[in-house]
Amino acid sequence: MQITFRLNGETVTETVDDPTTTALDWLRARGLTGTKEGCNEGDCGACSVIVTDDCSARALNACILFLPQLHGKAVRTVEGIAAPDGTLHPVQRAMIDRHGSQCGFCTPGFVTTMAAAHLNGATDHADQVAGNLCRCTGYAPILAACADVADAPVPDHMRDAPLSETPPFLGRNIPGEAAQPTGAEPPAMPGSEDDLAAWAQANPDGTIVAGATEVGLWVTKQFRDLGPLCFAAGAEDMRGVAVTDDAIRIGALTDMETLRHAMAPHHPAFAELLRRFASVQIRNAATIGGNVAEGSPIGDSMPALIALGATVHLRLGDRRREMPLEDLYLDYRVQAREPGEIVTRIDIPRQRDTLRCHKLSKRFDQDISAVCLAATLPVADGVLASPRVAFGGMAAIPKRAAAVEAALDGRPLDRTTLEAAVAKLADDFTPLSDMRASADYRLDAARGMLLRLASDEPSVLEVAP
Amino acid sequence: MTVAKPLPHESAELHVTGQARYADDVPAPAGTLHLAFGLAEVAAGTLDALDVEAVRAAPGVVAVLTAADLDSMPDCSPSNHDEPLLCTGTIHYAGQPLYLVVADSHLAARRAARLHRAEVTETAPILTVEDALAAEAWFDGGPRIWSDGDVEAALRDAPHVTTGEIEIGGQEHFYLEGQAALALPGEDDMHVVTSTQHPTEIQHKVADALGVPMHAVRAEVRRMGGGFGGKESQGNALAIACAVAARRTGRPCRMRYDRDDDMVVTGKRHAFRVAYEAGHDGEGRLTGVRFRHWALCGWSQDLSLPVADRAMLHADNAYDVPAMEIASWRLRTNVQSATAFRGFGGPQGMLGIERVMDHVAHAVGRDPLEVRRLNYYAEAPAEEAGGPAPRTPRSISGTSTTHYGQPVDDFCLGAMTDRLADRCDYAARRAAVAAWNAAHDVLRKGIALTPVKFGISFTLTHLNQAGALVHVYADGSIHLNHGGTEMGQGLHSKVAQVAASRFGCDPGRVRITATDTFKVPNTSATAASSGADLNGMAVARACDTIRDRMAEVLAADHQADAASVEWAGDRVRVGGAEYGFEEVAAKAYAARVSLSSTGFYATPEISWDREAGRGRPFYYFAYGASCSEVVVDTLTGENRVLRTDILHDAGSSLNPALDVGQIEGGFVQGMGWLTMEELVWDDAGRLRTHAPSTYKIPCASDVPDLRVHLWDAPNRAGTIYRSKAVGEPPFMHGISAFMALSDALRGDRYPMLDAPATPERLLRAARR
Repeated sequence: MQITFRLNGETVTETVDDPTTTALDWLRARGLTGTKEGCNEGDCGACSVIVTDDCSARALNACILFLPQLHGKAVRTVEGIAAPDGTLHPVQRAMIDRHGSQCGFCTPGFVTTMAAAHLNGATDHADQVAGNLCRCTGYAPILAACADVADAPVPDHMRDAPLSETPPFLGRNIPGEAAQPTGAEPPAMPGSEDDLAAWAQANPDGTIVAGATEVGLWVTKQFRDLGPLCFAAGAEDMRGVAVTDDAIRIGALTDMETLRHAMAPHHPAFAELLRRFASVQIRNAATIGGNVAEGSPIGDSMPALIALGATVHLRLGDRRREMPLEDLYLDYRVQAREPGEIVTRIDIPRQRDTLRCHKLSKRFDQDISAVCLAATLPVADGVLASPRVAFGGMAAIPKRAAAVEAALDGRPLDRTTLEAAVAKLADDFTPLSDMRASADYRLDAARGMLLRLASDEPSVLEVAP
Repeated sequence: MTVAKPLPHESAELHVTGQARYADDVPAPAGTLHLAFGLAEVAAGTLDALDVEAVRAAPGVVAVLTAADLDSMPDCSPSNHDEPLLCTGTIHYAGQPLYLVVADSHLAARRAARLHRAEVTETAPILTVEDALAAEAWFDGGPRIWSDGDVEAALRDAPHVTTGEIEIGGQEHFYLEGQAALALPGEDDMHVVTSTQHPTEIQHKVADALGVPMHAVRAEVRRMGGGFGGKESQGNALAIACAVAARRTGRPCRMRYDRDDDMVVTGKRHAFRVAYEAGHDGEGRLTGVRFRHWALCGWSQDLSLPVADRAMLHADNAYDVPAMEIASWRLRTNVQSATAFRGFGGPQGMLGIERVMDHVAHAVGRDPLEVRRLNYYAEAPAEEAGGPAPRTPRSISGTSTTHYGQPVDDFCLGAMTDRLADRCDYAARRAAVAAWNAAHDVLRKGIALTPVKFGISFTLTHLNQAGALVHVYADGSIHLNHGGTEMGQGLHSKVAQVAASRFGCDPGRVRITATDTFKVPNTSATAASSGADLNGMAVARACDTIRDRMAEVLAADHQADAASVEWAGDRVRVGGAEYGFEEVAAKAYAARVSLSSTGFYATPEISWDREAGRGRPFYYFAYGASCSEVVVDTLTGENRVLRTDILHDAGSSLNPALDVGQIEGGFVQGMGWLTMEELVWDDAGRLRTHAPSTYKIPCASDVPDLRVHLWDAPNRAGTIYRSKAVGEPPFMHGISAFMALSDALRGDRYPMLDAPATPERLLRAARR
């Protein structure tokens, strides 16, 4: 297959033999070794690059970004951050002046992430660089450099444009026809939900790549055979958030960063949870449909969506159906979804916001939950009316706490009620021990998280020195 | 003078533009092969059969080397000849290399390295202190015991004895650049480009593996993407594998560990258990302490003996303990071989005595800071005007000595503690913390101010030496090499500043290139915080030799005394005349004077009897103090370090910006070690936290409001420009964060917090 994109301002056309070649490996083989491999799993940010499409310029992790995903876009690496005449970008200047590099290995990733944030006018500096690890500096000089340049003008060369007319993708894309295994023929790149649904039905053993933040690891860490491969991002009609009188409708290909901003006015607790969902680079790539369809027991969006009473819309070929999200998950990695059936949309019913979320992890930012609690706690006539409580990390699937809900329903939201509900947690869950937390701690902390619903003390995140 | 200026890191512009090259960025010649190890999946047993047919048949594979394919098995150990490159029959840990794949790409090698079938008879792995003690699995022939004074009597006669123990977790280095090497075979030599803190060790081990003299192996390192001790010995296996494969194939060979492999294969900080019996009076004044250290060393000896020794040497930290006994077991277990990591055992030993201080303070009902001060070593006499006070001769009685007999003649923590407590408003904030805790149910705050006294020098005395090679070119540019390596600490920047200061020239004239064993031989590892102390002095001496020769030329021209020549501001003044530095270089060249020199330095005054545990192992001590305030959620264990103030002694700083960078970064790394960084092995001995997805180092938002100041008094020891080593000591400021967490949980019962203080451990401690 052949793809075309801009690389540091120059148009590049490349024949791609292996569609799972990562952008990182390709860049480095091309001699652009400023982009570093730190972890090869999207957790350290040393490989960050800026990718611009029609919508936005965003930092992404090149280590779990497949080359075909760049088709039609503009890519800027650390080698393209300084102006063509060599003038340093304000971010680069500030990093030098603030002594923001020591060993320098993470520095290119920081510089690109910071330049992307600068380009977008973002000033939540610690969140912007939460996906970049530094082991030398302790971050203080890096955050100082971020603050220094907040008001500096964006250099002209940073305003990339994607290719004005994306050249047609020169691969096969015949909806409904079974495709060959990865590598045997070019991957499919459907341009609509219809085409994607047809491809998925015809290729039930195939792999659909949306943001590649999960599938990327299947390739870089597990060397998994992906079977027939499909890049879904072209199905534009599956992207975006629409708010109607009845529901907030979230297209499955909506990325988590877009979702985070869309949630802020409606369910700020969900938005705050999504702030701590991975990192900017991952949220920029990962999709809500991917997160829901992957169905990890520790995925953070599902407890919140379940608590909000979300329904998931599924499609197998032309057959469409919907179900409450909690009904999708049957057992560990077992779903009610049939082979070839795709997630097209998630709907959150409009409601008065009573959502509370609590994510518990070893590190606040960019960590996977040990336990994640989400609850909607509507009160009518002074008592809880059909509260919904969901947990991640407590069972083999994201799951509602039925016994806890029953103990809450019809009672006032106070310490007494919660203590009665807490006693029911062990009826709902028998958590596991793993490297994140022991079973005892999960249960104990989950009790604490429930009790906290009636406490007016702030989170440790809100305490000032 | 150029020293003392906060110049940026010499590679800063290369860093921010992506032009700085690391080992794996060096363009490889066409035909370069790529290597990967196939790894053991069980922790202990015998390898009965290894079927690599599928590996050999995999796409891109050029060769597969098992133990049977090598005439003699290369050894990778820095100490004990107990680390065969490949498994020779006994499986020592899950992650041990079983065989080597040589392929035409990195990915092909990695893919193939999973295709073997190993027949293994598993045995029960030794994983815990109890396992190892039961099996008498230890190094060093059993416990090493040092004692000073009559501990038995001290404990017997003490009004109070406080006992306890603390589990201290290990730590993954998580250098951002993983281990990497490239071997370029020459006609009769081998050139190895590596990411190592110890090029001479690489040279030595590769020469051994190839059966050639050291003069036939050149090890070169321009820079590392972080080291922290993890590249002192852990790069040996890759360099040896590349050299062996390059010799066999005649082609360049390159290897880098994928991050998961890096974490599964290489060693980490030693986990310790420290038990204590502390005798003290009603005010908290110690009368004697008995420590027992159990260090979990992993499968091979590596650097574990000096690491465990250094833990013993720091069991006093800042405190004059009248009687002390330490018994230290160095336990052999079936996990990765623990290795050097910033502080080299010192942090574990220091945490032991800081725990004692905190526990004793609780027992006597006092503020831990009061108890700490009560036990401090005697303050050294104040400095006299005009320079550092003379060091107290050992013979003068009244000077405190450590439990290993070294006089503490430069102690300044009393004054440093006063200044820090004042600057961070300790007393008022301690009261505010108490008021907060009285008013809150769920969230509790804690505060702690802890000192650091860290001994500077390699405890293996002969390592305290360094060499340098300096050239002045006829155009006035200066090129130099020294034995130290650059891993981000700014060593090359500091050394260049030293050179520029010796010549009184613009620092832009000075260029330092890759550390190279063909330029400077017999180097010590860049470790033990010694890089600038040793290499700075060696470079200064080389520069002085050349400068003196240049001065002789000028003196002869001007009938002046060579000593009267002045070197400053990139100008040279002699007998009323003034020259540009480059003019003097040209003159000296024309006068047929050698403008090249080596320099050499060996640290004076140190001697150490390891068997007896007595002597003066350290040239001097580096000091510091830090105060941290934290908040803990007692329903979930969630916590944050809110603010940390640090006052640190870098002597007369060679570069205050770089030193503050070491202090900030060291603190955050130390805080990570004691809070969120948790290594988890399962019951079968497999590491479960082998990637940043599961092993969490601090990120930007974890950093507290951090306020760092330099003490800025000259070193009393005669170091380069009276500076002090700064690489390791600040790491131990992380202890203030841990002790503040313990303080937050302080109730009627002592919380007995173990490290790392994850939310889970904090909740458990809160429920005690």
